Amino acid sequence: MSELYRKISSNPFTISLDSIPVLDYAGFFDQTVLMMKDEAEHCAALYAVEMSGAPRLFCCLANDNDHCFRLYSTELPRERSTVPSLSKEIPQLHVFEREIHENYGVVFEGHPWLKPVRYPHYRADRTSVMDNYPFYSIEGEELHEVGVGPVHAGVIEPGHFRFICNGEKVLHLEIQLGYQHRAAEKLLSESRNGISRCVMCDNIVGDTAVGYALSYAQLIESLSGTLPATSLQIERCIALELERIAVHIGDTAALCADVAYQFGQVVCEALRTEIINTTQFWCGNRFGKGLVRPGGSNYMMNRKVVDKILQVLEDVGKRFAAISGRIYSLPSVLARFEDIGCVTRRQALDIGAVGMAARTCDVRRDIRWSHPFQYYGESSFEPLVFDTGDVLARGLLRAEEVRESTELIIELISAWNNLPAGNSGPDYNLSLSPDSFALSLVEGWRGEICHSAITDKSGNIIHYKIKDPSFHNWMALAIAVRQQEISDFPVCNKSFNLSYCGNDL
Amino acid sequence: MYKEIKILRQHGIQYVKDLRRQPVSELFRGRPVISADITGKEIEIVSSLCPSGAIDDKSGAIDLGRCVFCRECEFCLREKIRFTNDYRIACSRREDLVISPGVDTPLRFDGNVVREEIRKIFRRSLKLRQVSAGGDNSCEMELNAAGNVNFDLGRHGVEFVASPRHADGIVITGPVSANMAEALRLTYEAVPDPKVIILAGTDAISGGMYAASPAIDRRFIEEHHVDLYVPGNPAHPLTFINGILDLLSIA
Repeated sequence: MSELYRKISSNPFTISLDSIPVLDYAGFFDQTVLMMKDEAEHCAALYAVEMSGAPRLFCCLANDNDHCFRLYSTELPRERSTVPSLSKEIPQLHVFEREIHENYGVVFEGHPWLKPVRYPHYRADRTSVMDNYPFYSIEGEELHEVGVGPVHAGVIEPGHFRFICNGEKVLHLEIQLGYQHRAAEKLLSESRNGISRCVMCDNIVGDTAVGYALSYAQLIESLSGTLPATSLQIERCIALELERIAVHIGDTAALCADVAYQFGQVVCEALRTEIINTTQFWCGNRFGKGLVRPGGSNYMMNRKVVDKILQVLEDVGKRFAAISGRIYSLPSVLARFEDIGCVTRRQALDIGAVGMAARTCDVRRDIRWSHPFQYYGESSFEPLVFDTGDVLARGLLRAEEVRESTELIIELISAWNNLPAGNSGPDYNLSLSPDSFALSLVEGWRGEICHSAITDKSGNIIHYKIKDPSFHNWMALAIAVRQQEISDFPVCNKSFNLSYCGNDL
Repeated sequence: MYKEIKILRQHGIQYVKDLRRQPVSELFRGRPVISADITGKEIEIVSSLCPSGAIDDKSGAIDLGRCVFCRECEFCLREKIRFTNDYRIACSRREDLVISPGVDTPLRFDGNVVREEIRKIFRRSLKLRQVSAGGDNSCEMELNAAGNVNFDLGRHGVEFVASPRHADGIVITGPVSANMAEALRLTYEAVPDPKVIILAGTDAISGGMYAASPAIDRRFIEEHHVDLYVPGNPAHPLTFINGILDLLSIA
């Protein structure tokens, strides 16, 4: 079979729609199966766009080893077509096919699990509602079901978890999402206002505001052929690493709280406060909302900010090393983390896990390294990998990534010091290249965030697509709790800390 | 044990002593001040630029219930609009969140509109249930932070609880997604009377950036009396805490 795709080596990238190969579905199917047998390949984007009456599917694969994207497409004959499902061959595509099915009514024949993803208001089947989700069930006198949510015990986002248990042991967990759906993609597709779109991207996933704003800014810059100044690229990387450090420390606090190690919790909470207050010192918002903009910045880094970051990182770095050393050497904590919620390497590859969830299962997958964006390609960054796939690995990876990101920021700052200061403000009216497809990946603290857009002949965005790392990784949580005590669910859940709003959009 | 003592020494004292007057960084985006001599033309420019429609195109007033604190109007018109770091912006009446040109005084919290039983019953203990209804998880994290080792709202007997049956009211975040509307209503109904409703964050107060979304359903908020509006994007823990202290009339 001849391979028909565009091979692209830059992130972000923009290419003209005409140049994307259009395969017939059989060719699309075979090529996808063939290429995805390579375990370094994972799906960065697979989505449908309504174009002249029928959906066109775009597929973009990302390869961890050769650092390239492969992009190709197919046209379905008509709306609500029935085509063979790829998920049978390539399980990680299950959620992408479910999404296309939900939005466009395309039926993927042989899909093992063609269930709703988020109940968007524009779904093809209006009879499918939150209340009639088709939960998997098992008959058996000794089994019982436990339903949790959508409103949870803590102050967190809504989602419904349905456990099938044998006594205390979880046989199966199914996660129903969609409660957070606000039609963010649709609003972004329809908006003609550059400021609105930026601010919207600050407000989709608040705990990853910098990651989302950066994915958007990169995409728009790529679509308009704008290259950000090196100093600005460095500043963006620093903001992204600060976000990573803050969340990882906060999650360490939460992990401690879930195993009743209050000392670890309060110390980490206080350290997280130091980091997010540094982000606030820089831009006036603890989550970095407003910090990243296309074409420039409203908050150029200056000497005062640099000094503050260095001073806080030195202090927090030391204190966090001390407390995390203590946390991960306490037998009472380790007993709750070690060998709990395991995901194997095979499982991680099969479900297409990304980001932290992949790196704790011996999968070297990190966009900062495989498809470097902004300044990462010039930095000495190397991904950290753990191989036990349990709660402990996800905790330790956080601790190690805090250390690594701290060192990285120091390196970035010394590179920044040698550069002339940039002073340009954002540009909200960049004109975008017409009839194009663009895609941008950013490695946020959870994993890769993908923003993609398609423009019409006047350069207006007509389709905007977002993929949060959680879109892949929710399945990892469902797998992790199998054969665990149900009482270990909170700590498993917290160890992934996946996004509800990022899935629901 | 020695290690823990050493960590504790480094940890030091973390709690904010005076929740009413804790300084925040200069750039924090709180209450805006609009110059009294802003012209009609300037108002037109900033109101059409505002991504959430928070600036009235006639009067030039900024509605903090709609403002997403992006500060773009200030960047556009630096000599006329300025966001101060005054974080005490929670109010008991929706209309008090509107800031007119020429006004540079702290927002007024009108205690007279607070129902008598709220202060009488909840002053020493207020347990809240949080419902995130389309929130982006930043407000939720700030509400968690309000109870953490730094802000320690628990010192005033205010806490988030795990069941509506244990709660005296609900705190809503997010623009209220249609898919969450029913769960929100059920949660509220499960809270025993009398009960309070608090809206935290601009999304909850007006829908924020999602006000025009076809996927939200704000009927619950339109149909119920709201006791406290806490603006912000997200609402800062100190904004939330000061609002609660005002609501309960705690000095």
